[in-house]
This record gives sequence, structure tokens and C-alpha cells, in this order.
Amino acid sequence: MSAALSVEKLGVIYDDFHALKDVSIEVGTGDSFGLVGESGSGKSTLLRAVAGLAPVSSGTIRIHGEALQGAKRSKAFYRSVQMVFQDPYGSLHPRQTIDRLLLEPLAIHGIGDSERRIERALDEVGLGNGFRFRYPHQLSGGQRQRVAIARALIVEPSVLLLDEPTSALDASVQAEVLNLLEQIRRDRKLTFVMVSHDLGVVTHMCERLAVMRGGAVVERLSSAELARADVQEQYTRNLMIASKGFVKA
Amino acid sequence: MTELLDVRNLRVSYPTRTGVIEAVRGVSFTLGKERLGIVGESGSGKSQTGRAIMGLTPKHAVVSADKLDFNGIDLLSASAKQRRLLRGKRIAMVLQDPKYSLDPVMSIGRQICETLKTHEKVGRAEAKERALAMLEAVQIRDPQRVFDLYPHEISGGMGQRAMIAMMLIAGPELLIADEPTSALDVTVQLDVLKIMDKLVSERGMGLIFVSHDLRLVSSFCDRVIVMYAGRIVEELKASDLKNAQHPYTQGLLNCMPEIGQSRHPLPVLDRKPEWAA
Repeated sequence: MSAALSVEKLGVIYDDFHALKDVSIEVGTGDSFGLVGESGSGKSTLLRAVAGLAPVSSGTIRIHGEALQGAKRSKAFYRSVQMVFQDPYGSLHPRQTIDRLLLEPLAIHGIGDSERRIERALDEVGLGNGFRFRYPHQLSGGQRQRVAIARALIVEPSVLLLDEPTSALDASVQAEVLNLLEQIRRDRKLTFVMVSHDLGVVTHMCERLAVMRGGAVVERLSSAELARADVQEQYTRNLMIASKGFVKA
Repeated sequence: MTELLDVRNLRVSYPTRTGVIEAVRGVSFTLGKERLGIVGESGSGKSQTGRAIMGLTPKHAVVSADKLDFNGIDLLSASAKQRRLLRGKRIAMVLQDPKYSLDPVMSIGRQICETLKTHEKVGRAEAKERALAMLEAVQIRDPQRVFDLYPHEISGGMGQRAMIAMMLIAGPELLIADEPTSALDVTVQLDVLKIMDKLVSERGMGLIFVSHDLRLVSSFCDRVIVMYAGRIVEELKASDLKNAQHPYTQGLLNCMPEIGQSRHPLPVLDRKPEWAA
């Protein structure tokens, strides 16, 4: 199977801070790959570097075998790779209706038939046509994240980068959004790269995952290995303990 | 057990142009020197309940209750001055996000001293000394350094510890923690909870822990109240959580993905209108 996304020895430097140090990951087509770690571990930076939003200093990023140059990304790139951000309150333009929000990517990429596509995109994420002419502030967090997902999917990408897509949501709404993402991946045969600090969410969604710390990958494992607690690194073990919740002394 | 707080039929409503929004609709509970968890989704009224007890409801909102009694003081008829004396001194509140709830233009140390100076007659040197001791109690490694730092210079976990220090320095009898760990990393969450756990049990405070994470709350508290649409749908002992009767409580418990469990798709809440009745 060819790799949908392959990152080799990627380095990202902000001024003199090394956010990523020689990180390599490979995600096969149709796979779902998870990145776990605490704040500042570089997991989001990795996604942003792929999307061209972080200053790459060394290494290569390949999408479907094609190497990307610098921080510039072609239109074709954005048609095949789309990103969903963490905070649905910050990632939607507050003064644009949902219709306008969804029209923009279509206009940028010169995709016609917008009427039908917008309707279908909203339908696919479980929002009826009634939401089309509302503003983001009229929607709940879960509904907004659905709009963000619809906006990413409307250009029919093959790779979806998910940066903590549910960490701003309630647990009950999180379940709905995770189910939606899984169903979309099945239907459209998408490749997912998902960042989360919640090991439960990542093992639920992804087959393989990498644990990051201080800008480097410390361990790579499969969800099954994690479920068996078959982990090598103490750091991963600490994350596992943390995800189990508080234990009274 | 002596009763610290007695809430009966608490209601909070917001009159708006399009009608009255009832955020809390008849909540009753009592609290002793124990840990009470209030759980629910966004909009269930859990934070509004905490804020009403603290007296932080905005002016245009209407708060009413048959009884809102804190240690013999009727909070509803208390004057603004009386409430100011209570707030911070006897009832304290830890807020969700240290990034937004600390004063950005005041050093950590000054903010902690401010609480102390407001409620007690202390000299500057003594205030500083006690603030440093408090920072040490919340396990900040280098209190001298952190004392002079500004909120943007410290991490989220440290900010939350500083806020806990600020809230506990005046020795309150009741601590309301509104999602104190939701903005923190999983690894830091446990540290902050451990500190809170220790301080609350050492100082014998009553604690109201407001959160949307049922599992976390039940592992931390003695008793849990589950709220939906401004009402209490179920009240149970944390140890009895597995025997929860209400479908909403069961739904909240089941919807979290867990390591080593394969459930595709995840069970979601099937909200029934009669729950809100």
C-alpha cells in the first residue's frame, strides 16, 4: 500500500526553539493514524507543518508520494488535504453564514454545482438545510464542529488532518462527532491523521499511533498493543494512568 | 454531619427579549463537609448553580429560592457588603481556564496577597510570607520565582495551582470548583486534582465540583448530582455510579471511548423530552 502521507526527519524551528526534531511518520492510504502527547509535545505542529502553517527547517513531507516544497502549497494540495481545527468557536468566521462559509472553498477551487454540494455537505454531517443561513453564534459547539467538518469535506479531500476535533466538546457531543468522523471515513475511504491528548479517543479512532514528547516521537504502537498495555516507554504508561482518571489516595 | 449549605428550590432565570430563559429550575441539595459533584452537559445549569451560590449571577438575572442558607446566613437576603465579606473569605471559587481568569497585568504574588489583604489585617511582609507558603502548598517548586511572574509567563497547570492557592489562602469553608481541570493536559489534571484532594481533606472544607466529566467527578467526590436542562435528574453516591437508574446518567457514562474497548459506533445520548419535564 502506498503511503498517503509520509514525513521524513521533519524539523520545525520557531526562532531558536526546536518545535519538532527529526520526526518521521508514515500513514498508509485509508489508514487512521493518531498522534498523542501533552501540550508542547509538537503534535499539532506536525499537522500544521504538513498543512504549510509552520516553518519547516529540514526534512521532507510527501503526500501520495509527491514531495512538498517549502511552506507554499498548491491548490491541488488543498483539494486533497484538508484540516479540521480544535476550537469550533474560533475556526468559523463569525460574520459569515454557514452557506457563505461552505461556498468559499468551492469558489477558491472553482468547483461548480455549489447549490447541490452545500446541501449534500450539510446533509452528510447531520445538519439539515435549516442550518444553511444561520450564523456560527446561533449554533452549539457540536454543530459548529460539524460545519467545520463539512467545510473540510466539501472539496472532497483524500486526507483529513484533525487537530483535537472534539476536545472543546462535551463528552456526549464528542461521541456524536466521533461517530460521524468514523462513518465519513468508511464512506469516503479517507485517510485520517488525528491529534489528541486523550488516549481513549485516539485508540477508539485510530489503528496506529505515535506518542510524542518534546518535539520527538518517543514510541510508536498499535491500538491493540495499547489496549493490552504492551508499552515500552514510561511516558506512555503515565499517559495511560492519567487517562484512567483520578484515584483517591 | 453539620450542614454547611442548604439549597432548596433554587431557580435562576434570564429575562430576554424573546422570553424568559430558565437556566436553573428548582435545584435542591444540602452539603456538609464533603465533596459534592455536579455533572451535566453544557447548558444543564451546573455552572449557574455554582455561580448563584457564589453570588456571581449577572444583575439582570433573577435568582430565587425557598432557601439558600450558608452556615446560618441567608444568602438571598444578604446585602452586597455582606456577600463581599463572604466571597473569597468563606466561600471561594476556582474557575475553569487560568488563561482568562487570572488578572493579566498583576503578578501572581500580588494577586494572592490581594485576596489576603482584602479579608484580613496583615502587613505586607506577612502577606508575602503566607502567599509563598501557600504557593508551596500547591506544590509550586520555586515559589520565590513564581511570586513575581505574570500569568502569561506560566503554564496552564501552574496557573491553575496559583488560582487554587489564591482561593485557599483566606481559609474558606466552602470551595466551588467550576471545571477546574478541563483546560489542562491529562497528565497535569491528575496533579492538580491531587493537590485539591489533599488540601480539601486537610482543611476540612466542603467542596462543590462542577464538571461535565462524570467519570472524573465520581472518582473524586463522595456524592454526585446529575443535572439536565436545569433540573436534578439523579442524585447518587459516587460508589453507586454503576447502578445509575436514569438513562441520561447511563448515557453520560457510556459515551466515553475507553482504552481496550471496541464499540463502533459509540453509544450516543438519545435525549427524551420528558427528561426536561
